[in-house]
Amino acid sequence: MKNGACAANRLPSRVVAALAVGPIAGLVVFYLWPFTTLLARAINGSTVADTLSRGATWDIAWFTLWQAVVSTAITMLVGLAPAYIVARFEFPGRQLLVGVLTAIFVLPTVVMGAAFLALLPDSLDRTVWAVIAAHVVFNLAVMVRIVGAFWEHLPIDMESAAATLGASRWRIFVDISLPLLRPSLSAAGAIIFLFTFTSFGVIRILGSAGTRTLEIEVWRRATQLGDISGAAVLSVLQLAVLAVVVGWSTRAQRQHARAVDLRPEQDRRRTKSPGERRFVTLVAVGTAALCIAPLAAMAIRSFRSASGWSTTAWTTLGKAEVRPGIRLGIDPVGALVNSIQNAAWASSFAVLLGAVASLAIAAAGRGGRLLDVGLMLPIGTSAVTIGFGMLITFDTPPFDWRAEWWLVPVGHALVALPFVVRTTVGVLRSVDPSLQDAAATLGASPTRAWWNVVVPFLWRPLAVGAALAAAISLGEFGATSFLSRSGGETLPIAIDELLGRTGSLLQAQGYALATILAVTTVSLIVGVSRIHDMTGLAHQRSGSETVDR
Amino acid sequence: MRTRPIIASALALGMIAAACASDSSDPIDPPTAAELPATAAELPATEPANTGPDTDQPAERFTTITLVTYDSFPQADTSINAALDAFTEQTSIGVELLVAGDTGTMLSKAALTVGNPEGDVMWGIDNTFLSRALNDGIFEQGVLFDPENVPAEFLALVPNGEALPVDFGDVCVNYDIGYFVENELDLPTSLQDLAAPAYRDLLVVQNPATSSPGLAFLLASIDEFGADGWQAYWQQLTDNGVQIVDSWTDAYYGSFTWAGGGDRPLVVSYGSSPPAEVIFADPSRDDAPTGVIESTCFRQIEFAGVLAGTDHPDEAAELVRFLGSEQFQAELALNLFVYPANSAVALPQEFEDFAVVPEMSRTLDPDLIDENRSDWIDEWSTLALG
Repeated sequence: MKNGACAANRLPSRVVAALAVGPIAGLVVFYLWPFTTLLARAINGSTVADTLSRGATWDIAWFTLWQAVVSTAITMLVGLAPAYIVARFEFPGRQLLVGVLTAIFVLPTVVMGAAFLALLPDSLDRTVWAVIAAHVVFNLAVMVRIVGAFWEHLPIDMESAAATLGASRWRIFVDISLPLLRPSLSAAGAIIFLFTFTSFGVIRILGSAGTRTLEIEVWRRATQLGDISGAAVLSVLQLAVLAVVVGWSTRAQRQHARAVDLRPEQDRRRTKSPGERRFVTLVAVGTAALCIAPLAAMAIRSFRSASGWSTTAWTTLGKAEVRPGIRLGIDPVGALVNSIQNAAWASSFAVLLGAVASLAIAAAGRGGRLLDVGLMLPIGTSAVTIGFGMLITFDTPPFDWRAEWWLVPVGHALVALPFVVRTTVGVLRSVDPSLQDAAATLGASPTRAWWNVVVPFLWRPLAVGAALAAAISLGEFGATSFLSRSGGETLPIAIDELLGRTGSLLQAQGYALATILAVTTVSLIVGVSRIHDMTGLAHQRSGSETVDR
Repeated sequence: MRTRPIIASALALGMIAAACASDSSDPIDPPTAAELPATAAELPATEPANTGPDTDQPAERFTTITLVTYDSFPQADTSINAALDAFTEQTSIGVELLVAGDTGTMLSKAALTVGNPEGDVMWGIDNTFLSRALNDGIFEQGVLFDPENVPAEFLALVPNGEALPVDFGDVCVNYDIGYFVENELDLPTSLQDLAAPAYRDLLVVQNPATSSPGLAFLLASIDEFGADGWQAYWQQLTDNGVQIVDSWTDAYYGSFTWAGGGDRPLVVSYGSSPPAEVIFADPSRDDAPTGVIESTCFRQIEFAGVLAGTDHPDEAAELVRFLGSEQFQAELALNLFVYPANSAVALPQEFEDFAVVPEMSRTLDPDLIDENRSDWIDEWSTLALG
């Protein structure tokens, strides 16, 4: 019954194909086309040979791979406990904890890296261990959100039954929860791996000088040395390694998807025993400390001046004149508005495409797997190559889009799409097929049975995905930062510019702006869970009377 | 909080999409098509609305051209932008700014789009990138800029007149005055001094592979010790505990004693950093907390030119001439922290007081830089990063 889940989502293939059209078109037009245009223009035989025969290439590839594997493994281990308590327990500050974790994940690395550096003991500064520690803290949110979103849908009765039969908490976790969680674990693992494998800012700030991932080397060749050809070769190499890893993980995710009767409503409860309370408190406080420390360091730096404490950075933030007659030309308020607009559009695009993509992936077999991997490609591809690809692809009518405002949110949506899909597909795949059978027995058409049984499970992961997509867009500093821009400065760019100039006031303002970005992100995430809690009620009815297995 | 309605609408859109998906064979288009025009109407408000010969412009030949710049060029509100507006009034040529990234990124993009450029004029290619720009043919040939009061040594870098020298600045070792006073330490006065035991573990520099001031400092050492001697110098620097970081921000705000609470009182930064420390100080101050070691300075000269393939070659040339004029050049110092190339322009008081224009600053032939940049950086990396 291993692959029962996909067989059970029996939609007419016509419908599945129609669902898949949108996401595939988006992927082809805004990713595949620009990327291959650049490759076709830049790559030639001699550069391929040169690049691959250089020893440094393989050193960089090896370093990129091992640091990503280690970072991912540690993140997954550390992230299990917070994912568990967030999924299973109601405790004060729960939403805030998720919000703060997410803020850490999406804040621009130039900011978080600097804050992290301020916290690290000197002996760890600029070592690979500092890099890995930062990767773990920054990516905890992926574990908590993806695994947590899945975990809270797992029926609790099996755990309760095992507990009644005398199984220890540990046994319950290893024998029951862990196997059921595997699809979401490999989903989260794949995303964490993608992010750490393509790590850029964290390594540049926290690693020793000259420490390079493939992503950094592609950027360096393309922008600093003007060797676009060499950059293109490396970016293909980067993708090749990723394709293997992600392909493997996707297969694992499908193989381990077990049909369980997921429940649309949350089974969260307050802690009962003192032991439970201790455990939840310990994990919550520990996680909070891990992620609040860098945020606090950042906020504190916005109040630091040469002579001690000062609020000048904040009071002058919105003012055009920094000193009488001297203006900076950086408009933080405008940047915030731009960022929020971008985030709203990016989130809409991502949810729209993500919803249909998830339904198609869950319903289709092999083709769905291909689409799933395809959607992951943009985050695994070097940002500079996509940006430059767009520049030379969308440059002639009727595709003269390189100066269009919407190209930026579309680019953000492309990066956010896998998050929407991965949170959603895991839940969809595990919908108990017997539910649809039951509906069919009662006379529903396949499409109708699917609509009534499968679709209700969409809302919660989509809400989570929407918030993540918006948050990712707010902090995004990838491919779209390589598009040229006219007027549409976003928050991360404004922060980067402030931190890139001399003057203690400007530095403090940069951190003030970063604090605003963090607060905006946290409010966004907390706000969404509130909205969901309201809309969630409307959908509780459907699907909760499940057929017992 | 503005975020809620946005998320609500994002959710609503998603729901619409899912709803459409189940009973229509064309799930994507309807909601997207319905939503897009709404923002198309809203968004132009955030952009300068001068993309075409619009109604309220009386002039008969109003054209808007695009000035491509690096990312530290102010986008709006400053006196530099006011000067550009004045140009528009004088000539009926509108100027839209397009930010292309750091100088290297900007040049790579221009090289990729030669013949179909993103804009009409480019500002900010410096002498370390100049040869590549000229070899890639990003600038239109045979445009007359009529440079006035521009030093001959700057003009000599563009013998065919492809671009106009517009400003210059220096990359120099900066020092934290307070640290040297407190520790009763004499200032280093030469590059060689930096390798002396007295300054052990005191210097932080940037990686030339990833940072433009880092590259400038490497070039300064090549100028001083020659193509065969700089390696030995860097070996001494390494033995003397030089710290190497990836970017200017990391060095200045992370490691420099004055600005970041780091432990290095000597940092590679700009010749104009001391006046910037006064102008952007909090609380305000009337003396610079940092100084510059003149003999370490490497000169960067920036150029502006007409991009090859522009649709508006005449207007573009007129803009470049304006960029070299006294009216525009007078705004450079306080906005970009560089010196005007036009020597008839006076410097603002803060610059007179706190900035040093070194008598003699180092340079290297742009062709030599372009030819060797990659090899030098590789050699340096092996030597200094191990």
